[in-house]
Amino acid sequence: MQWETVIGLEVHTQLTTQSKIFSGASIAFGAEPNTQACAVDLALPGVLPVLNQGAVERAVKFGLAIGAKLNRVNLFARKNYFYPDLPKGYQISQFELPIVEGGALTIQVPSSESGQAESKTVRLTRAHLEEDAGKSLHEDFHGMTGIDLNRAGTPLLEIVSEPDMRSAKEAVAYAKALHNLVTWIGICDGNMQEGSFRVDANVSVRPKGQQEFGTRREIKNLNSFRFLEQAIDYEVRWQIEQIEDGHKIQQATVLFDPDTGETRMMRTKEEAHDYRYFPDPDLLPVRLDDDLIAQMQGELPELPQAKQARYQQDYLLSAYDAGLLTQSLAHANYFEAALKTLNTDDLTVGAKHVANWMNGELASALNKADLSIAQSPISPDSLAGLLKRSADNTLNARLAKEVFAAMWAGEGEADAIIEARGLKQMSDSGEIEKIIDEVLAANQKSVEEFRAGKDKAFNALVGQVMKASRGKANPAQVNELLKKKLAG
Amino acid sequence: MIHANLKQLSALLAENKTSSVELCTEYLDRIAALNPTLNAFITVDRERTLAEARTADARRAQGEAGPLLGVPIAHKDIFCAEGWLTTCGSKMLSNFVSPYDAHIVSQFKAAGMPSLGKTNMDEFAMGSSNETSFFGPVKNPWDLKAVPGGSSGGAAACVAARLAPAATGTDTGGSIRQPAALCNITGLKPTYGVCSRYGMIAFASSLDQAGPMAQSAEDCALLLNAMAGFDRRDSTSLQREQEDYSRDLAQPLKGLKIGLPKEFFGEGLSADTAKAIEAAIAEYKKLGAETVEVSLPNMGLSVPVYYVLAPAEASSNLSRFDGVRYGHRAAEYGDLTDMYEKSRAEGFGAEVKRRILIGTYVLSHGYYDAYYIQAQKLRRLIAQDFIEAFKQCDVILGPTAPTTAFDLGAKNADPVQMYLSDIYTIAVNLAGLPGMSLPCGFGTDGRPIGLQLIGNYFAEAKMLNVAHQYQLATDWHQRKPEGI
Amino acid sequence: MSLSLEDIQRIARLARIRVTETEAAQTGDQLNGIFKLIEQMQAVDTSGVAPMAHAQEVYQRLREDAVTEPNRREAFQAIAPQTEAGLYLVPKVIE
Repeated sequence: MQWETVIGLEVHTQLTTQSKIFSGASIAFGAEPNTQACAVDLALPGVLPVLNQGAVERAVKFGLAIGAKLNRVNLFARKNYFYPDLPKGYQISQFELPIVEGGALTIQVPSSESGQAESKTVRLTRAHLEEDAGKSLHEDFHGMTGIDLNRAGTPLLEIVSEPDMRSAKEAVAYAKALHNLVTWIGICDGNMQEGSFRVDANVSVRPKGQQEFGTRREIKNLNSFRFLEQAIDYEVRWQIEQIEDGHKIQQATVLFDPDTGETRMMRTKEEAHDYRYFPDPDLLPVRLDDDLIAQMQGELPELPQAKQARYQQDYLLSAYDAGLLTQSLAHANYFEAALKTLNTDDLTVGAKHVANWMNGELASALNKADLSIAQSPISPDSLAGLLKRSADNTLNARLAKEVFAAMWAGEGEADAIIEARGLKQMSDSGEIEKIIDEVLAANQKSVEEFRAGKDKAFNALVGQVMKASRGKANPAQVNELLKKKLAG
Repeated sequence: MIHANLKQLSALLAENKTSSVELCTEYLDRIAALNPTLNAFITVDRERTLAEARTADARRAQGEAGPLLGVPIAHKDIFCAEGWLTTCGSKMLSNFVSPYDAHIVSQFKAAGMPSLGKTNMDEFAMGSSNETSFFGPVKNPWDLKAVPGGSSGGAAACVAARLAPAATGTDTGGSIRQPAALCNITGLKPTYGVCSRYGMIAFASSLDQAGPMAQSAEDCALLLNAMAGFDRRDSTSLQREQEDYSRDLAQPLKGLKIGLPKEFFGEGLSADTAKAIEAAIAEYKKLGAETVEVSLPNMGLSVPVYYVLAPAEASSNLSRFDGVRYGHRAAEYGDLTDMYEKSRAEGFGAEVKRRILIGTYVLSHGYYDAYYIQAQKLRRLIAQDFIEAFKQCDVILGPTAPTTAFDLGAKNADPVQMYLSDIYTIAVNLAGLPGMSLPCGFGTDGRPIGLQLIGNYFAEAKMLNVAHQYQLATDWHQRKPEGI
Repeated sequence: MSLSLEDIQRIARLARIRVTETEAAQTGDQLNGIFKLIEQMQAVDTSGVAPMAHAQEVYQRLREDAVTEPNRREAFQAIAPQTEAGLYLVPKVIE
């Protein structure tokens, strides 16, 4: 039997406000326990919530960025359940009439067959504002759990997708695209270690060709793209095995254990809460007026997809290159800054040059060092400085890489390194000819072999010349001059 | 001096004929003498009160004036007051010393009113007789066998017994007006949103409203001037121009149109109450008012609607009392659920538990539409009835309660009978309108009868004018209980 | 309608209130009396009526995004049943 995987994601993004969604306490990360939990966050008797404008603005920005419908009147509801990190005994969230409904996100899915990325549109169901809960610390306090309510009341935008994804790879591509978008428009810092971007995955399988969905299980709280992929892969295998073994899938909530790479049951549907949602009487309907929406529209930067399209059109970059350059706002900013400094007559040549380096050498160095582009030790200006020396043939490809490595190691700007190491490409033909003559004299055997028709011998001679020039000779020039000499 | 009303005390202070310390001392002495009998206060803190009185006297010595400066007030124990035990009449909060002030409390502090203490009340304001208090029932100063009404029973009793010249109350379904009626004092529930709810422990958020309780409408107007006003910490607090609620007190009533809803005068209204209300209507006619019959056809449904909406909101509002951050935690427990269930079972009294269970049920899966949504729809119909009625009249008049105060224990066994004692007051909260109760006579049992006035939205000043003119012409509100 | 003992126990569990069997029986009778009163609502046809959640038809006022609350942990934890190292302690939570 052929199986099809169906995935929908619910992503909790922490918004980049100063204060909490319903109180004036700080949301700064890492404070001493309960020092950022004010009377409202602690749900002292008599306290009341007042909605933070900054949270509303960020939700509106998101809605505009995904082309969603903004509910001009939206409502806050109470989701009632008891948990020690939920001080009021209810979470203020949106149920009926969320602030954002619909919208879509286009993602690039790496295709295993062609090696190319394929474009796919994932529809969004809704995005709603809500408050975060506190944290339960399970270290042992004489067999008890410690509760820190600093995080309680932190503003979240919960973004719910339609079940449009068909593989873990697609789910990851969507999560990454969403991560890019929310950080791009500045509504979320995207810090997954600190829990600013948390993913729940609803996963089900069905026989290929079947219309109706299988029973889903929800994997809670995945805080890295790697775990997301691993958890879905495991879950899909598990569900298929269960069904093939003749079991039925039960609707359930599960947790992923990164240590074992497995998911385990938290609760079944039967144990699911009866949340008793009802409109929060302490909060009035929220109205989004034209001014606010226009202001947010005005504050939106050029969005990743638009930028990608522009890079393809204006700079003739491939979709792949343009996609990588717009994988985050930091990438796009880096690219644009480097291109500006490089200042080539033909922008398409310069753009391709910068793209090749950013997506090649720089990306792999960053990756190896586990750094983000924003943390790159080589600034866009510095990279452009290197690229200039490559473009004017001061450096050949090998030397350019050497200089790059030195720059990465903090030895300074490209020109200074070239000077200090004497790495200037040798393009004086007289100098190269002199080396060729010496090489030919010392390698008569190869010369004879070449003349006897062995092409390989020519390459060996080029290699000897390059070696003798300590890599500084321009390989194209060496080729040309060597041919001439041998023919002569 | 102890029998003087707020306005008279204010004048004595202004003329330096007494001081806040002297006044507070007299009231504190009287409380010490009578509270063991009446149980009107849960907490009294002599030193704290006198310190506040000294501050008020110092402010006056600095040249500050203001009609409330130095006059003491008693706060219902539903209002958080920093440093004061704030119990809300519950075992759950029997150890809760508030770390902050309710908006209303800080408003009265700013006005210079020392607090005489925290008054007894039905637990979490759920009750109509003050018998659900963890701290024991309050006795009606007019008849110690009778209930004082509820939930602001301690507030009403302490004003009636002259243990305080003024008190704060809250009204979710009649909790200011009904005890005011039963204790022969004047109490006002403002339009929803006029007084901030910040720091007032929530019962039913969409219905709760704070208001003044005192000897007269004139006193209530002075108190409301200090209580009312926008508070940015309460999302439901309305942003309006500050009003002087005393401004229209002296207006003559000639041409005033009083609406008499026929639903207020039907079955269930006791004969002596009906008679007293009829007499009050006659008095108003003498003052130049006209009456017009109006109808509130859906009023009969206000009690069932209320007993869906208020418990639903309460069940959620009271979830925060879980023994984690403050309040009662069971002494012994096993796991987390056991801790929750025991702490809440021990901390809440029977009536509160009943309402939490009703509220939980009506919000639970499968019942929400039939109960909660249906009740909200009926709430709109009830509110619309009032809007229609106010097209024909300036104020609505009727009884506050169907009978005079009943005996302690009389309705304890039957919650429904207890709930029906609020039949005339609940609709006003559902609509969010202002309402007040003022003394208008006595029943055959010698217990007080209250007259209810209901105003249109934001018509507090008008309502106070209508009440004040009546109090100029009558002396019911000046009667005080004998023997105390 | 009528609430069974199981209904009472179910909602009591949802509300996290321990109810003994005797209490459940007693509470059941009272709640059924109250629900008889509440059932009067069902007689009215409310189709087309918009539910009324608030007394006033006003919209939510928004708070400026600014940190206004200082750390008051000491005062707040002075009234807590059990704390340690700045944390509120509760019986072990098992996820």
